[in-house]
Amino acid sequence: MSRRAVFAHQFRSDLERFWRNPQSRYFTVLMPIVFLVIFATIFKGTTIADGHRIKITTFYVPGIMALGIISASFVNLTQTIVTQRENGEYKRLRGTPLPAGIMIGSRAAVGVVVAVAMSALLLLIGKLAYDVRVPQSTMLGLVVTVVLGAAAFSCVSFAVSTRIANAEAAAPAINITVLPLYFISGVFVPETQIPRFLRDIATVFPIRHLAKALRGTFVQTHGSGIATGDLAAILAWGILGLLVAARTFEWSPRGD
Amino acid sequence: MTAASPRGGESPVIAVSGLRKSYGEHEVVRGIDVEVHHGEIFAFLGPNGAGKTTTVEILEGYRSRSGGEVRVLGADPADADGGWRARIGLVLQSCTMPAELTVRELVELYAGYYPHPREAKETIELVGLTDKRDARTSQLSGGQLRRLDVALALIGDPELVFLDEPTTGFDPGARHHAWEVIANLRGLGKTIFLTTHYMDEAQTLADHVAVIVAGEIVAEGTPATLGGRDRELSDISFTLPAGAAVASLPGELASLARLREDGRVHMSIGDPAGALHALSGWALERGEGLGDLTVGRPTLEDIYLRLTGEQEHPQ
Repeated sequence: MSRRAVFAHQFRSDLERFWRNPQSRYFTVLMPIVFLVIFATIFKGTTIADGHRIKITTFYVPGIMALGIISASFVNLTQTIVTQRENGEYKRLRGTPLPAGIMIGSRAAVGVVVAVAMSALLLLIGKLAYDVRVPQSTMLGLVVTVVLGAAAFSCVSFAVSTRIANAEAAAPAINITVLPLYFISGVFVPETQIPRFLRDIATVFPIRHLAKALRGTFVQTHGSGIATGDLAAILAWGILGLLVAARTFEWSPRGD
Repeated sequence: MTAASPRGGESPVIAVSGLRKSYGEHEVVRGIDVEVHHGEIFAFLGPNGAGKTTTVEILEGYRSRSGGEVRVLGADPADADGGWRARIGLVLQSCTMPAELTVRELVELYAGYYPHPREAKETIELVGLTDKRDARTSQLSGGQLRRLDVALALIGDPELVFLDEPTTGFDPGARHHAWEVIANLRGLGKTIFLTTHYMDEAQTLADHVAVIVAGEIVAEGTPATLGGRDRELSDISFTLPAGAAVASLPGELASLARLREDGRVHMSIGDPAGALHALSGWALERGEGLGDLTVGRPTLEDIYLRLTGEQEHPQ
């Protein structure tokens, strides 16, 4: 088989495994939808975001979209990498002719595809249930932001996986990192209600940049919707993640 | 040691000379020589921590070595490529199978990695999992998972298969089934490198055996000749009839016999036929049947325990 055919072969299997895993279905697919419905039901009225007065639902759709992307390409991906490494799956695969790049690249591609699908689903729910729309002019910008965000978070995931010793530690370690950041990065709470010093802290990390870049494509009335500064920050995190992963990524279980 | 003596005409499938591996100050493999020839089952025996798995993982290309020469299928495993990996099959000491996939899906997935795979259906049949082919791997027993692991090792139709303790944790039935599978592999012309600490496994399967202790090979040979087993004396033992003394045994038997703590008389004899003849004549004369008479040869396990210094019942 050609390299491309092997990739497609591996990708189909990885996607199937994602979908059959109950944890993936509930936490990565269902949870963002539940969050959107809950937030949109509890909070009413308008808020000010990035200088625009917008409906609260117009704030939550891109915010939860960021959460959906991060769930697929970071939380779920990191857990999967750590679990497969500790189970000895990667070690076993290293003993086959399967190229290492395809082994992990295919699983990262699953994360990106799920992130895109979740974004489309949240967009659809936003439109049908809350009449939240994306202007035609920024649609391309939205797609670019989703794909770039998912790819960058995948790279960060490879780096972070090397710091987690076992599968049991993966979920708590990742959630203790991302949950507080969701609160201070304009995902769960409108930024006007977040103290400045917390927003400054959030600016260091990529979650706020992703939420902001996504929100921009919903609220901007003109322009392409590509938030150059935020995307540059996300890209920088992705490159940093890739560099760290290239030096520290491990194929064998810890203590092997 | 006599590793260099060739057992086949063609060049060996595995050739190791002076292999060393150190972790810091600690040298776990201390200059070993191994040769494995085409079509044979080679059993690598040794207690835990003797350097068995380290050696196998160097041969498989997982670990670097500190010194010595290693050739596996003509290449150095340290810089082996995908083409080399396509010619070997591995069963590692432990590996958890993807719980979300069925037996067939997993075997077909692995088939896609190799240039000339075996047929998935036939490979599943070879390891005896046909009934379970549509079951998720999470529904398999420990023995079935190990057999699935063997199927994955074979799906690429390798020339050389490494089996690292393939039956550890099996019940006796599962172990015998696994032995049949491994014996079948020999029938397919595969060369097999097996590590084990079960002597009956080596006895049943292996053509050639090497024992590693503390990083050095201490004995090598066929299961029948390992450690001079074929030249060992036979052990005759029985319970002395009531009222009889060791000294009353006929001829030289009286001087060879030893009364041991188990209450039995033991004799180590190079000529068991003659000794038994004299002994049975003596017993019949006295009207005794010697109902618990046994004649034993040292088992591979006895030899192994002697070599590894793990004799649990010193005599």
